[in-house]
Amino acid sequence: MQSITRRNLIRTGVTAAAGFAGLAAAERIAARHGLIPPDHGGLYGAGETLTYAAQRVLTAHSMAREFPRSMISKAPFLNDVTPPDDAFKRYQAMGFADWKLQVDGMVARPTTFSMSDLRSLPTHSQITEVVCEEGWSYVAEWLGTPLHGVLDEVGVLPQARYIVYFSSQKDWWDSVDMADALHPQTFLTMGMNGGDLPVGFGGPIRMRVPRQLGYKSVKYITRLTATDSMKGFGKGLGSAAPEGGYSWYAGI
Amino acid sequence: MSATATPEKIETRPRHAAVVRVTHWLTVVAFLALLITGGELIISHPRFYWGETGNVNMKPLFTIPIPASRDSVPTGYKKLMPDENGWSRYLHFQSAWLLVLTAAVYGVWGLGRGHFRREIMPVRGQRSWRAYSTRLGQYLRRGPPAADEARSYNVLQRTAYAVVIFVLFPGVIWTGLALSPAFDSALPWAVNVLGGRQSARTLHFFITGALVLFLVVHVAMVYIAGFRSRMWAMITGGSMPGPGSTGGER
Repeated sequence: MQSITRRNLIRTGVTAAAGFAGLAAAERIAARHGLIPPDHGGLYGAGETLTYAAQRVLTAHSMAREFPRSMISKAPFLNDVTPPDDAFKRYQAMGFADWKLQVDGMVARPTTFSMSDLRSLPTHSQITEVVCEEGWSYVAEWLGTPLHGVLDEVGVLPQARYIVYFSSQKDWWDSVDMADALHPQTFLTMGMNGGDLPVGFGGPIRMRVPRQLGYKSVKYITRLTATDSMKGFGKGLGSAAPEGGYSWYAGI
Repeated sequence: MSATATPEKIETRPRHAAVVRVTHWLTVVAFLALLITGGELIISHPRFYWGETGNVNMKPLFTIPIPASRDSVPTGYKKLMPDENGWSRYLHFQSAWLLVLTAAVYGVWGLGRGHFRREIMPVRGQRSWRAYSTRLGQYLRRGPPAADEARSYNVLQRTAYAVVIFVLFPGVIWTGLALSPAFDSALPWAVNVLGGRQSARTLHFFITGALVLFLVVHVAMVYIAGFRSRMWAMITGGSMPGPGSTGGER
């Protein structure tokens, strides 16, 4: 065994001090570049921050894998959702003709979009995989309008850092950073496999974030809010997911 | 038993270098956390598939016959297992970071110091079936180890460690990363060459199984060889103090 010498002690001390100084500097740089997730605190904050920061750097311009039409799943799995409330059933009975999407927060022109307003925006499609945190997956063709187009319409302000989105389901909301909000594959989805988006899959409007796990693709979207801070939204952890014990960032 | 190293040599070169000892135990911590949380995550969908997609509407490759923690999975059991996916996911990925960073330190150090060449890869004269069968026969007869094994691994040990270090750990990290939709967007070939996302998940499970098999044999061998002295060597680097010990005996 090596004996403990003064030289070793000094060397260890200097290394430790350099390590702490390095960590502090790294944290400042990471914060400046938006590499710290809202749920960075707590026991698992270190791993969460490393994952988010590493993937923000790695996936700056990357596109989720798209598949040929032949790979569309014959029987996509219909995940359980909480039964819709009476208000939702009334919209459903009307074919969602008067479903509204409210967009507010740090935007120049707060706007409420009708379904026909949204359908008049440029429509795109993507054949991407829904990946559930449980382990299962399916491929479907999703038709919708890219979120960045909607954000352009309302004039999202440059200081906005997150887009928060709310479901008609009680207490269900989530958010993405601007990298994902402005990503060309992030859709407000209104169609699936050639038809209207079925209610079971999130119709009339589902957020689609294909570079993250399925739980970020929230169903029944009613409202978007642009914000520069997650403080004031729930417990300030970025979404309902961390309040239920799940990570805010789900790119894994 | 005979001491094969001179006392001077023992002082300058411990049985296990400090980097090996620290990274070994960090890997133990990370691996056990990954194993427990990974097992917990499987419970939410104990079905495995081959190819890109897989869900309960598709035929599984195989199913683990246990109840699931989610009622969306038909398992044949009425009972639901406790659902602990939230913290299990957080801890799984935090432990994965610990494993990857530890592996990076060990890998860079091992290459720089010739650790892999000197202590892990089978030595040149031993890379033959004959050398393997000779040492295996010695194990099966429960013969005593050769004198040089006090300070160096035999060909079977070296092969097992090399497979774990260069095949199984890189493989389990790769297949794990292939399950990340964001990672796959940046490096799509990483999942495509594995045959798709569900294939990667199934391979992740099998490679973990191989690592668990190694762990069981490894701990059993340490127990047979002398649990206390081996643990002492992996913690302090030296041989256990005691009457009659010259430092080189094992």
